[in-house]
Amino acid sequence: MAHGDPLIEVRDLVKHFPITKGLIRAKQVGAVQAVDGVSFDIREGETLGLVGESGCGKSTTARLLTRLLDPTSGTIEFRGKDIASLSRKELKPFRRDMQMIFQDPYSSLNPRKTVGSIISEPFIIHEPSVGEKDRKCRVQELMEQVGLNPEHYNRLPHEFSGGQRQRIGVARAIALKPKLIVADEPVSALDVSIQAQILNLLRDLQRELGLTIVFIAHDLSVVRHMCDRIAVMYLGRVVELAGADELYNHPRHPYTGALLSAVPVPDPRLAKAKVRQVLTGDVPSPTNPPSACRFHTRCPKVVMGKCDVDDPALDPKEGGNLAACHFPLSDREVATQVPTAAA
Amino acid sequence: MGTYILRRLLWTVVLLFFVTALTFLIFNVLPTADPAKLRAGRNQTPETVAAIRDQLNLDDPFLTRFFSYLGDLLFHFDFGTSVLNDEPVRPLIFEALPNTLMLVLGAAVVWFVIGVVIGTISAVKRGSILDRVAMTTALVAISAPVYWLGLVALYLFSSDLGVLGLFPAAGTYDASRGVFTSISSLFLPWLVLAAAFSAIYARLLRSNLLETMSEDYIRTARAKGLKERTVVFKHGLRSAITPIITVLGLDIGILLGGAILTESVFGIPGIGRLSFDAIQRNDIDIVQGATLFLALGVCTMSLLVDVLYAFLDPRVRY
Amino acid sequence: MALLEVEDLRVHFKTDDGVVKAVDGISYSVDAGQTLGIVGESGSGKSVSSMTVMGLTRAKNATITGSIRFDGKELLTASEDELRAVRGGPISMIFQDPLSSLHPMYKIGKQLVEAVRTHQDVSKARALDRAVEMLGLVGIPEPRRRADSYPHEFSGGMRQRVMIAMALCNDPKLLIADEPTTALDVTVQAQILDLLEKLKRELDTAIVLITHDLGVVAEVTDDIAVMYAGRIVEKAHRDDIFAAPEHPYTWGLLRSIPRLDSPRDEELVPIPGRPPSLINPPSGCSFHPRCPYVREAHTRVDPLLEAVPGAAGHEVACLLPPATRRALWAELSTGADPEAAKAVATAAGAGSGTGSVRREEEAS
Repeated sequence: MAHGDPLIEVRDLVKHFPITKGLIRAKQVGAVQAVDGVSFDIREGETLGLVGESGCGKSTTARLLTRLLDPTSGTIEFRGKDIASLSRKELKPFRRDMQMIFQDPYSSLNPRKTVGSIISEPFIIHEPSVGEKDRKCRVQELMEQVGLNPEHYNRLPHEFSGGQRQRIGVARAIALKPKLIVADEPVSALDVSIQAQILNLLRDLQRELGLTIVFIAHDLSVVRHMCDRIAVMYLGRVVELAGADELYNHPRHPYTGALLSAVPVPDPRLAKAKVRQVLTGDVPSPTNPPSACRFHTRCPKVVMGKCDVDDPALDPKEGGNLAACHFPLSDREVATQVPTAAA
Repeated sequence: MGTYILRRLLWTVVLLFFVTALTFLIFNVLPTADPAKLRAGRNQTPETVAAIRDQLNLDDPFLTRFFSYLGDLLFHFDFGTSVLNDEPVRPLIFEALPNTLMLVLGAAVVWFVIGVVIGTISAVKRGSILDRVAMTTALVAISAPVYWLGLVALYLFSSDLGVLGLFPAAGTYDASRGVFTSISSLFLPWLVLAAAFSAIYARLLRSNLLETMSEDYIRTARAKGLKERTVVFKHGLRSAITPIITVLGLDIGILLGGAILTESVFGIPGIGRLSFDAIQRNDIDIVQGATLFLALGVCTMSLLVDVLYAFLDPRVRY
Repeated sequence: MALLEVEDLRVHFKTDDGVVKAVDGISYSVDAGQTLGIVGESGSGKSVSSMTVMGLTRAKNATITGSIRFDGKELLTASEDELRAVRGGPISMIFQDPLSSLHPMYKIGKQLVEAVRTHQDVSKARALDRAVEMLGLVGIPEPRRRADSYPHEFSGGMRQRVMIAMALCNDPKLLIADEPTTALDVTVQAQILDLLEKLKRELDTAIVLITHDLGVVAEVTDDIAVMYAGRIVEKAHRDDIFAAPEHPYTWGLLRSIPRLDSPRDEELVPIPGRPPSLINPPSGCSFHPRCPYVREAHTRVDPLLEAVPGAAGHEVACLLPPATRRALWAELSTGADPEAAKAVATAAGAGSGTGSVRREEEAS
């Protein structure tokens, strides 16, 4: 399969967490609409970014992709095979191709197991035929590859620093040479001086192993640095999907514009130059999301009578961005709100 | 909230049904002494035993007997009849209940107060000599068997054999002699029953409070400029004590089924004594009645505690 | 006169593993109405130092020396009662996680009233009026009704507003904000930063803003102090820190974070290694094990925080000669990696600054 062909095609993916009530038999009275009709492709060898604020559904999407959660509806085609409705057993051969890296390197490693046995777990599960000696050898190679000292094979997770623990998580994830890595906020628990080490590691590994990465983060600067294409999520929907340059140079959805405008820039001149587009209010509840365009309750460009009744589709806008908006941002608006945009 | 309580009540009924079924099964199907033989007295003949079997419907199929017992229980609130002295069980239990209540509730007040006070002091003065002495004493109190503690207490303090003779002797408790007299004769039993509980509660509160005191909102309280006393009592204790209320409710519920050892040592005619005697004499219906009563007590108290908790902790909603 | 003057503050904690030198000799001052940003990673001592200003690190195992003068009054030697009058009154504080920082079982109105009545002798009704006024000021809609809510009934951003309202109840002269936006989403962070700026303008409150985020300090502060391993390694006006940083650690911080305003394909240059142990800090310059420009003498000589020649108000604790530093940054700011920068700087012969050489000689 050639570089750039879709590895995964997600169509109308929905995850609703039911809210139940009732005296004896629980009836469903509503649902947290965590992910509500999301479609996108993940291309072979690319890094796709999922950004959005807490509650936008990005982590749920990640867990649906790797089938740690069962979707309510929709399809996830992995190389043409729909894995959305497969049973646990049928999923097993796919699991080794899809690995996750989690945010908190402290809680995602079993504190009582040595690093060696943590990293060898994938081999034991998926390649039980590999002998113990061979396994140890491969684990130590992996440790070397992610920048850990292979001599620390028998140490426990607490003997490592936060950055090193995240390296352990990375080693475990790449052990079986997966096609896809889903990294859910992999650096947000780390100190700033350590973040770059892990980000560089992920980029290097991607180059070496030809990995496809889904990179989930709330930090827009990190996502820009890491990703080829980016999907911006708001209340369970993708509101904008574009290449990194397109998205950051000329965001089209007003929500993307507000997000970029809100990012503090470590440059006082640029900080002074921009008119910070501050969104008012809070993100509405995903149990009872606003009608039609979900952003219309907070959108600075809202036109009532249109945005609250007519749900915009994710369509191509000027510059090639896909955006779900009736009144996308113009280049002039972008220039005042987002001084970092080159538009 | 209303729906929640209703649902809990429904579950309580279901639970009690199963408890009834299980105890009935245990006492009527598993081999124990034949109730008819017990009932027949010393000079029994096979005929009298058979007659009694017939009278007690002991030869009926198990299910028939069970449903007749259940029917009596439901429609007449009838716990059956003591096979030994032909007395109905219900009045026996109701006579014993106030005594158990007096003992348990009084002791609960004692252990709750002692537990909270010692736990708080220990937490605030963590690592001090006071803390170490309190926690060592607590360990001793938890490890000491109640009957031993009871006997020691009687030896030291009771008016007949005691070295100091401060409190009325064992067996002097008699509810009919008025509240004040009964309270004075309950002092020792309260202390003995409360000893282990006080210790457990003190340790529980100490660890809860220590954990709470490292919470961020305690830092906020200090940053407000509050006196340390206010920080501990108003902000710390409020959070630390709430989970203990749950434990307290359940402990009281369990003890309502009888504090067997304490009641026996001090000769208090409560439910514990009643079931103890009944077990010794194989008086099945009494044992069964007391067991059901215990289940009822635990269920009621746990419901009560859960409802109370929702009021104490605003984050909890049903 | 400065509102807050911290001088040679040291906070050491005795632990089973040894003495943790959480803060090891820092000095700074904040004027009325000024905003000072303290930037550092976890373990840099930035939180401990400000908790110490509030008197919240006093413990049996803590040794605190130096001086903290607030409004001309020494706080380090003040009695607990005197300190309490300062805490939540003229100096107040907000914290990182507003949910865990508010008592979960009391209504927020009650928590604010308590704050008011701790420092003002007013009736409960008057205190509630004040609380509602402050909630309104920080942008809580329907403040009187919301005062009757519990913390968990607010969103994250609203909770932080509640915390700020509580901190402002008693007209503080100084507000210490410890990572006030770290737990918040970026659009909510923007709201809170806007609010802090508005308060500074309208109430003329001095603010000490503690954060790890260089972007946040760039947006709202006047002066910036960069902390590393319990010390201030660089201190300057905000614009100078970003335009002409002097310390290799500051360079590292600036170069290791991805930024919206740099080319997208620019390589990140991580700071190698990891933050040092505070029990056994490295000898000499505490940054030397991670510094790409380290020289032999730096492992022995402890750098002092000294004025940068020709830059008013700019201080740095670095043993590299000033000319070398300038040449290095000139290279680094064009996107060169540290090795290349070093080569260029050496070739330019900028290795013979006076001040540091003198000290290197003294040490040898």
